[in-house]
Amino acid sequence: MKRLVFLIVCIQQLLFTSLLFAENAENGFDGKLSALIVNSNRQKAVAIEALATLDDARVLPALKAMLDARLYYRKQDKQIVYLLETSSSVSISGVISGEDLGVVEKNTIKKIRINNKLRRILRASISSLELTSSDAELRLNSAKNLIKVPNKTLRQAISAAIETEKNREVKQSMQLALAMIDIDSDNQPLRMIAMQVIGDSISPDAVNLLARLSQRDEKGAYVEQNQEIAELAENRLKDAKSQLKFFKVIEDFIFGLSLGSILLLAAIGLAITFGVMGVINMAHGEMIMLGAYTTFAIQQLFPELIQYSIFIAIPVAFLVSGAVGVLIERLVIRHLYGRQLDTLLATFGISLILQQAVRMYSSNNVAVISPDFISGFWQMNEAVAITYNRIYVLFFSLIVLGVLALVLKKTLLGLQMRAVTQNRAMANSMGIHSSWVDALTFGLGSGIAGIAGVALSQFTNVGPNMGQGYIIDSFMVVVFGGVGNLLGTFFGAMSLGVANKFLEPYTGAVIAKIMVLVFIILFIQWRPRGLFALKGRFVED
Amino acid sequence: MMLMNNKSVLMSLLMNDKIGSKLIGFIILASIIIALLNLFAPEGSALHVPTYIVSLLGKYLCFALLALALDLVWGYCGILSLGHGAFFALGGYAMGMYLMRQIGDRGVYGNPDLPDFMVFLDWAEMPWYWQGFDSLSFALLMVVLAPGLLSFLFGWLAFRSRVTGVYLSIITQAMTYALLQAFYMNEFGFGGNNGLTDFKDIAGFSLLADGTAVGLFLISALSLVLAYIACRFITESKFGKVLIAIRDAESRTRFMGYRVEHYKLVVFVFSAVLAGIAGALFVPQVGIINPGEFSPIKSIEIVIWVALGGRGTLYGAVIGAFIVSYGKTFFTGAFPEIWLFMLGGLFVLTTMYLPNGVVGLFGRIKANKGEAS
Repeated sequence: MKRLVFLIVCIQQLLFTSLLFAENAENGFDGKLSALIVNSNRQKAVAIEALATLDDARVLPALKAMLDARLYYRKQDKQIVYLLETSSSVSISGVISGEDLGVVEKNTIKKIRINNKLRRILRASISSLELTSSDAELRLNSAKNLIKVPNKTLRQAISAAIETEKNREVKQSMQLALAMIDIDSDNQPLRMIAMQVIGDSISPDAVNLLARLSQRDEKGAYVEQNQEIAELAENRLKDAKSQLKFFKVIEDFIFGLSLGSILLLAAIGLAITFGVMGVINMAHGEMIMLGAYTTFAIQQLFPELIQYSIFIAIPVAFLVSGAVGVLIERLVIRHLYGRQLDTLLATFGISLILQQAVRMYSSNNVAVISPDFISGFWQMNEAVAITYNRIYVLFFSLIVLGVLALVLKKTLLGLQMRAVTQNRAMANSMGIHSSWVDALTFGLGSGIAGIAGVALSQFTNVGPNMGQGYIIDSFMVVVFGGVGNLLGTFFGAMSLGVANKFLEPYTGAVIAKIMVLVFIILFIQWRPRGLFALKGRFVED
Repeated sequence: MMLMNNKSVLMSLLMNDKIGSKLIGFIILASIIIALLNLFAPEGSALHVPTYIVSLLGKYLCFALLALALDLVWGYCGILSLGHGAFFALGGYAMGMYLMRQIGDRGVYGNPDLPDFMVFLDWAEMPWYWQGFDSLSFALLMVVLAPGLLSFLFGWLAFRSRVTGVYLSIITQAMTYALLQAFYMNEFGFGGNNGLTDFKDIAGFSLLADGTAVGLFLISALSLVLAYIACRFITESKFGKVLIAIRDAESRTRFMGYRVEHYKLVVFVFSAVLAGIAGALFVPQVGIINPGEFSPIKSIEIVIWVALGGRGTLYGAVIGAFIVSYGKTFFTGAFPEIWLFMLGGLFVLTTMYLPNGVVGLFGRIKANKGEAS
């Protein structure tokens, strides 16, 4: 008896679990996924919508793959797989298990075909799934897609998502997406509410819609039926345009500052060698180039540290360029003090030699990889996006300038430097080894150029000729700002950068550059000693 | 009587410049011999000078003229212009525009009204600044006027506000750099990146004919000789003495009552015009002019010609131009890798060890010999 009962219980349990399993297979992810393997498009649509109701992390990637025509099934066992195509082979991985199923022949698998109607359904399902995703980035992305392509069928899903949304930015985007749907409805009060939301936005789609709503026909009457909405749209369009103009100015200004900080970085070293020592160093651009190549060399030497290589490169580039600078000073420049034009020619020769030396090592541009924290951008609002490297370079140049000012003002070397430039003979008689101070000063200026090279390697191509492009700009900055004056160099660089960026939209980049050059030439007429001229006896030579 | 007087002035000029008169004599003699050997020695004989050599030497003569122009301002007035390549290129472009118009309907597109590059850019008509270049005399006028006006404007602004020394050098470099950027643009209307090329003939003579090459070569030699005499005339005159005074002590000269900026401006404009003429002679002989001539390195190469030859002598500049240009032709052909090392080394060594150039070196050796004997 006992045995019988046990047996029955066992059978019952077995039945129950198998039933449970069967139900899971039928209504769970596995079952609904395999429902996609049908010929009828109508049944496929039902299957997609059924899948979309599931709360399963595997649904979204599967639907996306289907939209991209990467969803296949294996002919032998009807298992649904992802297609992972490379140039040479076709491999697959299971959708349910996620396991890698290896390389296969293309004729052993079959694509799950979709048509345009199914694509629409897929897009809608993907958007609604993303709207409720736990990842805020995905939700924002989905809302933005919905702003671009309003989808009536998702109205319910969007307004539900707005109710539960906590993130302010995402919520705003969702509300705008909802408004973009409502504005096309027949319910006039609803349209009015939508109009208010759209009118407050400056995203390009909203502005385009405002322009469309405020269109007039040949007689001057609004094309839009609802007079009130059309008037409001026209009003808001005006506001949005002036707001956009304002943000464009801000964007130009930030771009200008970042261009200015690049100029500043390139020119600071020159402000030392030219400004403080009075040495014309035409090889300054090549010091920048050496710094950039140092960054590249460090990345080649430590490929596993690519995220941090820039931090290693900064001191190393300073040492490399600084050492080359000291060498140049000891070998050539010290014999030419007091002969500025000869110094100009000799250092130009050195720049040719350095360029050619690097060219023999790498004839073309090399690729310097930016670490992850530098790439990407900051979305200020719907109209302005600024890449992080522009912001970093601004702060970096300020730090370099600050450190340099400290070195000049607070250290013994800085004190000796200033003493030697102001009165060499007196400095000598005070026991300062002036020729060593010269070498170190030149080394400092060159080393800073090397650091500038590290920063510039994140912006421009690194090649043997990269330095040439900066030498004239750097001289212009130093001359414009006032020779021998770090503050002048700072304001010179920033104002030239901003002026360049504000001129560019009207004139094009090249003409803007030429106009700035002409402006400097004219400016020197007015203030031959630059913005911040040194005053005192030692100004006149 | 006038003629006699002029002749005696010329003679006394050359009598005082022994090396210069020897150099001029050599250039005249050599160019006549080369021309004769090209035209009359049978091809294949050891004496025949091939036409490409004639054109190459013609190019060197243009460079010598350019170096002469720079030496006049740098060696005698202390104005180190790093923008003389721009004046050279402007003269070249003026000549190039004339040569473009002479192509007529023989271009690739066969358009009788527009140069090829304008057809390529879909321009409907010629820009106004291309008008008039059908005529050689107008083009020659522009060869003088374009660099002349630019140098006048630039020099007037720069000298008036007493921009001197390295500052002047750098803004002249900025000037040529700005022009480089502008001429690279297609919209600027001078052929953009490719410049002007594919020339057919000049004043009715085919540029491919030997006779034309020899003619251009002789004109270049003549221009160099005349320019040399003109420059020597300037340096020997009272005007030239003031220039040297400005070079050596600008403030003192000013305090003595000379309008320094006027002197500088005159010599700067004259020098720029000479450079423009050199460019105009250069273009038909090499068959192309492109924005590369505006690049700062071209201008700075001129400086090394003068520095290596010996600045402030005029003949030194001519000799330096020949030496460096020949070196460039030889090394870029034989060892292209090391040419830039050599050029760079030349800059460093010349400034450090040969402040008076090759001419100065020979002078010193001669003086030492004189002492020894």
